[in-house]
Amino acid sequence: MTDVQTLLDPTAELSPVLRERRSRPSSLEGLTIGLLDISKKRGDVFLDRLDALLRARGLTTKRYRKPRFSILAPADLKQQIRAECDLVIEALAD
Amino acid sequence: MLPDGLVVVVKHDCPTCKMIAPVLQQLAAAHPLLTVYTQDDPAFPSEVPGVVDDTSLEQSFRLGIQIVPTLVRTRDGREVARAVGWDRSEWESVSNVAPLGSALPGSRPGCGSLTEEPGIAERLAVRYGNVTFRSRRIEIPESTDPIEACYDRGWSDGLPVVPPTPERVFAMLKGTRRAPQDVLGKIPPDYADCTVEKVAINAVLAGCKPEYLPVVLTAVEASLHPDFGLHGVLATTNFIGPVIMVNGPMARAIGMNARGNAFGQGNRANATIGRALQLVVRNVGGGRPGEVDRATLGNPGKYTFCFAEDEEGSAWESFAVERGFGKDTSTVTLFVGDGAAPIVDEISRTPESLARSYAACLRAAHHPKKVIDVAAFLVVTPEHARVFQDARWSKQRLKTELETLLQIPVRDLLRGAHGIEAGILPSDAPDPDGTLPKFRTGGLNIIRAGGSAGKFSAYISGLGSITINPVTKEITP
Repeated sequence: MTDVQTLLDPTAELSPVLRERRSRPSSLEGLTIGLLDISKKRGDVFLDRLDALLRARGLTTKRYRKPRFSILAPADLKQQIRAECDLVIEALAD
Repeated sequence: MLPDGLVVVVKHDCPTCKMIAPVLQQLAAAHPLLTVYTQDDPAFPSEVPGVVDDTSLEQSFRLGIQIVPTLVRTRDGREVARAVGWDRSEWESVSNVAPLGSALPGSRPGCGSLTEEPGIAERLAVRYGNVTFRSRRIEIPESTDPIEACYDRGWSDGLPVVPPTPERVFAMLKGTRRAPQDVLGKIPPDYADCTVEKVAINAVLAGCKPEYLPVVLTAVEASLHPDFGLHGVLATTNFIGPVIMVNGPMARAIGMNARGNAFGQGNRANATIGRALQLVVRNVGGGRPGEVDRATLGNPGKYTFCFAEDEEGSAWESFAVERGFGKDTSTVTLFVGDGAAPIVDEISRTPESLARSYAACLRAAHHPKKVIDVAAFLVVTPEHARVFQDARWSKQRLKTELETLLQIPVRDLLRGAHGIEAGILPSDAPDPDGTLPKFRTGGLNIIRAGGSAGKFSAYISGLGSITINPVTKEITP
């Protein structure tokens, strides 16, 4: 799986090849924050602590969980998070 | 650098190559500097030691092999003589070995070289042929679906695109004689240089065949003509998008549809040429919906709206001829349209009655009280055209008749008239008892298209503006 496929850029090449990350919100005020547990061991410990800290600041959080960490999040879970949250924090723990 | 001596290129799948295996054996014994390249089976011919595997076809490509077997004599790394297929006297002369293959017939034609197979030639040219592209190369993992990669990068109009591999772009560029770095102009809204190469890449995305490329290039050029006003067309909240109409022999040569379902689906040239223009606007110009494209609703023709005018089935001169082009000249006309509005009249058998039907429908274009700021292409189909043809009405006569019928009384157009708040201000009409034309001069055009059954015509309305006008350009190869 080391081979690559080559495509020629159809655009005016005004943006970098690697897509830029979306900018972070300047404030968390009034936003709903999703906390996504990817089902990897001890991720919940991290998220529980984060949840408590965020709530202590008066912020709204919602908890979600992937069925197992080795897969992409299922479409319905992604749609649910997109509908219910303004941003999402995903925990990777080991 | 070629090995000195004799070079032979063969393939196992070729009966002539198999037949001359004893000749190669004979040459190998007589000539110490013989190299045999095999295109398909490294074990062939088994009679000859040291056959060189050319299943990559690199040497065959570099030698310009078109037919196998081919015998080449080289000196100081350069070719000095060549024999193609099997011809005993030629082979004896090129190899300086005689007699050769005495038991064989005197001559046999060879077979096509694998380098000439469809798809292979492009791959070899890109791999070994010093083909260069100015466009950025984007590498994606082998495991990634390239169509999804194109979606992820925002290159698609929403439908799947054909991944623009170097091989496909190379093949596409064969469709034009223009140099890849020729700049067609600066394309809004980003005003980036639009090169032939960028158009070719987007034509690949759209699914065009190389022979469509001259039409796409001409459509892009037409869109960049100041008369067309592309920036306004793509940025407006209005419904419009570019509509491409092709006239002349090129439309027939590439199999465009001018007849049944001419505005509909199912014809590759119609579908992909219109799409290619929109993808150029999107990808090279940066005109994307929700960004600079502020259309309130848009229209489905913004995926693609492209057809040929039906010239063969028409007694009238074509639109291109009206614009001063010869009948045998291929042209692209670009105008703005917001879709096709039907005119259904299955009863009229006289040109006078049919003209009134057209006028009644055209009058409502955009709004019954909208005048001057609206334009339209009236599309007359065969069954309606026959009514005018039988009565010997020229296209110009119909146009004149419609201009008369589409003089609208000012009193019907005023704000508040007929209980509708919309309308013109009294100050817009100097004479309250007079009329105003529905269309400004040149704002109503008549063309021919459509299938042989159905007493329908249609009009394609669009913005009527002095800054947005149809542009017709000759297609050059």
